[in-house]
This record gives sequence, structure tokens and C-alpha cells, in this order.
Amino acid sequence: MKNLSILILILSSAFAYAQTPEEKGLEIAVEADKRDQGFADSSSKMTMTLKNANGDESIRKMRSKTLEVNGDGDKGLTIFDKPSDIKGTAFLSFTHILDADDQWLYLPALKRVKRISSKNKSGPFMGSEFAFEDLSSREVEKYAYLYIKDEAVDGEDAFVIEVRPNYKYSGYTRSVVWISKEKYQPLKIVYYDRKNSLLKTMSVSGYQQYLGQYWRPDMMVMSNHQTKKETRLDFTDYQFKTGLTERDFNKSSLKRAR
Amino acid sequence: MVLKRMVRVVLCLLLFGFGQAMASEWSGYVAAEYRGFTQSKLDDSQFDNGNLSVSFEPEFYHSWNDGDDSLTFVLFARWDEHDPQRSHIDIRELVWLHVAQDWELRVGIDKVFWGVTESQHLVDIINQTDLVENLDGEQKLGQTMLNLSFIKDWGVLDLYVLPGFHERTFPGKDGRFRSIPEIDDHTFYESSAKDKHVDYALRWSQTFDDWDVGISHFYGTSREPRVMPSITPAGLRLTPYYDIINQTGLDVQATLDEWLWKFEVIHRSGQGETFNAVTGGFEYTFVGVMDTAADFGVIAEYLYDDRGSNPAVAFDNDIFVGGRLAMNDAASSELLFGIISDVNDNTRFYNIEASRRFGDSWVLSLEGRFISAGSTGGPFSSIRKDDVIQLELARHF
Repeated sequence: MKNLSILILILSSAFAYAQTPEEKGLEIAVEADKRDQGFADSSSKMTMTLKNANGDESIRKMRSKTLEVNGDGDKGLTIFDKPSDIKGTAFLSFTHILDADDQWLYLPALKRVKRISSKNKSGPFMGSEFAFEDLSSREVEKYAYLYIKDEAVDGEDAFVIEVRPNYKYSGYTRSVVWISKEKYQPLKIVYYDRKNSLLKTMSVSGYQQYLGQYWRPDMMVMSNHQTKKETRLDFTDYQFKTGLTERDFNKSSLKRAR
Repeated sequence: MVLKRMVRVVLCLLLFGFGQAMASEWSGYVAAEYRGFTQSKLDDSQFDNGNLSVSFEPEFYHSWNDGDDSLTFVLFARWDEHDPQRSHIDIRELVWLHVAQDWELRVGIDKVFWGVTESQHLVDIINQTDLVENLDGEQKLGQTMLNLSFIKDWGVLDLYVLPGFHERTFPGKDGRFRSIPEIDDHTFYESSAKDKHVDYALRWSQTFDDWDVGISHFYGTSREPRVMPSITPAGLRLTPYYDIINQTGLDVQATLDEWLWKFEVIHRSGQGETFNAVTGGFEYTFVGVMDTAADFGVIAEYLYDDRGSNPAVAFDNDIFVGGRLAMNDAASSELLFGIISDVNDNTRFYNIEASRRFGDSWVLSLEGRFISAGSTGGPFSSIRKDDVIQLELARHF
């Protein structure tokens, strides 16, 4: 009897200290967010290689700039260089945590800046297998988290968490993310569509650390299991803290982005 | 003078090359266009059946000073098989841009777009329409300007000084899409300075959350001429007359999730009776239609002009209904179609545009325009036999 009460005491205190899977998932997301804070601004060059089920390839080139915004989603500017017919087209977005993002598109042939609907989160980015929401800033509050287990990816230890979007118009019911225990960055993400069927897998590789803190990948490969199409995204020329300000992310700068 | 000096600067840059730290690049396109007319000409001097045309638009861009200074040069040239008026060259841009912390300065020839609506662009007034290019009026001629832009917390204020005026281009005697008879070569101006009159404009624009708002004013030579008929020994003659006008414009867009609400209004005086014109409506987008990656937008706009009785006014009381299908595929396949119909008479204007990319640098576009003119003597009466199917293949570099 005495032993039993001691056992109950031990168990209940263990439960009091043990996290629920939700808490542990959130803790990992918060830590990932914390480790990536303070980069102020960043820029990089990207090459997208689209491959269809027959293996035909087409290339897109673009440059992107990001401004870190504390307490809200980041601001982003993407300038397209290839294919040539869309050269000079530029995309400005003010992402928000749960509200709809603000997005403007600049069409160089008409010199027209168009405010566009941000309902297209689930839509393909430039005809690729990446959706807009796959490439936009990942704020903690955008998702609900659930820790599942620990599992290594290619020998790298990782937490596996399930992530469900809290925002409107997502194309996913959920995604499962392998987060590196060392870098607190995703190594692999598996996406499930609105019907909860397996849709896509993204593999992220070639992480390098910048400014002794920020991990960024050299390559992301997104494979669509339903269409058998694949998009490879290569990153080069990462730069941080280059002194970008709000002024570099408005409609005037969008118009002259080159 | 400014123009000559800038041409010289560009030539020097081209001839002598650039330092390593400077960025410069060429881009542009060459395109071949075929227009097939499904109906016989209305006027004897016009051509029948098909027409070939080739256009070329090279662009040179050079920046220095860490991108705070740049020079852009865009030339446009077209050769047309039948209409010498459509064969033309224009400097679309030759502009030096300087960017500072809260202001920007543009000096040279440039292109400016104002407005939000789709069916017509009432507020947009800085550049002259290059009408021989396309009946839709979306192509513009370069405009000489000095533009100072202040970027402040309270909005963006643009000030423009616009010396030098381009007449609107009109199809010649041999061309289709024209009045009968064609618009005469002689041009009349209200101002004794004629095309040397210096025009001024200003615009304030700001974003308030989901609302984008612009207020503008233009004083100077109207981009749109009045067409004056006169009887000469040779018969009826149509002469363009450019008034000095004042035009105030307001454009507003509200972006509320999948709804885009768009509104433009202008108030113009100095061109005959003072008038107001309005375009307003919405665009609603269905994302991922029928479980595909495609988006489909429905656009509806109402077009109103209070000079209703004036036959020169194209859209006095009209409804535009259209759709925009974006496949979001690797080829960027797109389809845009619409009908503008007059509420009073039965004039209808049908329009379809489709395009897709082939490989990395070829773009094929198809355009169709069909007119059913309700009454003779209406604004579209002289082009009622100009139904056209146009195919264009462009190579971008």
C-alpha cells in the first residue's frame, strides 16, 4: 500500500513534468524560430529546374530579398530573370502571421503594379511544384504542432513533428517535418493535400552556416507523388545584414527592381 | 537637346564598355505577327485578307553607384506589310534614374502607368497611345519627362514636368481599324506652342491596409484628340484637334481576400463640354479550379461617360464581362476573354487573348477581336468589318 502510493506519487510527478506532444512540438518550433532571429535582412539567387513526368526540363532564375519584421511575417521581394519573356517581373509580399498577406506584382511591359489576391497560397510558384506557401516565411503562430518521434535523415538526427496550418487557404491538411537536432532547420517535409492524401516530399540539403548562426540550404528538391513532376531549387550568393530597409520593400522599389 | 545628349551617353557606354563593378545587360524580343481579316474591307483603299508584320524591341540597362543610378534604353520598331503608318520607330524609354533615401528622380523618356481597372484605363494619361500597335490602346509611346518622386510615410507624391508631345498614331489610308476616311496627317492644337507645350502632372498614392488609393491631376495637351470633320473639295476630311485640358483622376482598389474591387473616375475640362467618366467593378478569383493548379478570375466592370449623346464616346454606358484563366503551368499558359456591350444600342465588342511559352524563349500569342455594331454612325461603325484573328510568335532574349 505504501509502495503503491509512492509509485502514484512518482508517476504523477513524472506526468506533471512530461510534455504533451503538442507542447514538445511547439517547443521545437519556438526554438527553431529563436535560432533564426536577428538576421535583419537576407538575399540570395535562385535557380529553379522544373522537370515533368517525361523528364523535360525548364529553368527559372530569380533573385530574392527578405526583410526581417519583428512581431509579424517578413517582407519579401523577388525579381525574375529567366525565362526571358518574364524578365523584370517582380513580386512584393508583406507576409502576416494569420491575416492575408499583402502582395503586389510588377509587370514591366505595361509598367503596371498590380495588387493581387493572396488567396493563391496553395497555387504553384512559377509553374513549379513549390506552392507560394512553401516559400513564404514560417512564423511560429502560423501552425499547430505535434511532436511524433525522433528519426534520423541520412544519418542526421532529427525531430519529427506534424504541422497543421492555422491560416486560411492552405493547400494542405498537414505536413510532417523532420527538423535537424543540430541546426533546427527542416531536412525533409512530407505534404498531405486537402483530402489528406500524400502529395509531395521536399528534401533539403547542403546546409551551410552563415555569420556563425544562420543555417541555409544549397538545394531543395520537391517531388510531387501525384503528378510525378519534380522541381529542384538551387540557392547561391546568400548575403545577410546588407542594410536593406523598409524603403527597399515598397511599391516604388518594386517598380524599379532589376 | 536632352535627348541628343542621352543618345550620345548611351552610345559611349555601348562603344567603350564598362568597368567591372558596373552592371549592364541587353534583353528584348523579336516578333512576327500575322493578322487575318475574316470580312471584306469597308473602304476601297484598305487591304483585304491577311497582313504580315515584324517588330523588334531591344532593351539596354546599365546601373552604377551600387544600383542607385541607372540608365534604361528601350527602342521599339515595327515593319508592316500594308500600312506605312504602322511601320514606325519609337524610343519607349531612354531614362536616367537616381534613387535616394526618400526620393527618386527620373530624367528622359519613360513610360508611366496609373490605374487599376481592366476594361479601360481612364486615369492613365501620361503617355500617348500607340494606337497603330493595337486597338486595345494598351501600347504607349515614350514620353519625355522630368519626374520627381517623394516616398514618405504619408504616401508617394509624384511630380511631372512633361515637355514635348507625341500625336496619337492612327492607321493610314491602307490600314484596317480606322475611321472612314482615315485621320488626316494635319494636326491642330489649341495651344499656339503646338506640340512644344509643356504639360504638368502630379499624383499622390498610398496604401491603407487592403486599400490602394491614387489621386492625380494633369494639365496640358490632351492625349486623346477630338476628331473634327470638314468638307474639302476632295471630300470629307477628319482632322485631329488637341485641346489643353485639366483632368483630375481617382483610382481605388480594395483587395479583400479573393475579391478585388476596382474603381476609376475622371473629371476632364477644356475638351468641349466638361465631363466625368467612371469605370468600376470587381475581379473574383477561383483558386485551383476543378482540383487543378489553374486559377480562374471573373471580371465585371461598368463603364460610364456622362457625354452619353456624343457619338465619339466609345464607352458611355457599357458593361464589360470577362474571364481570366491562368493554368499556372511551366509554359505559363493563359487565356483572357471578354465582351463589352453597350446598354443603349446593341454594339458588342468581343475579345479573346491566349498565350503560352515554348521552350525557354518562344512565346506564341493568339488574339481575336470581333465587333457587332448595333447602329451605323456609332463609335465602332467604321471598324465593323474589321473582325480579326492575330497570331504572334515572339523570341525573347
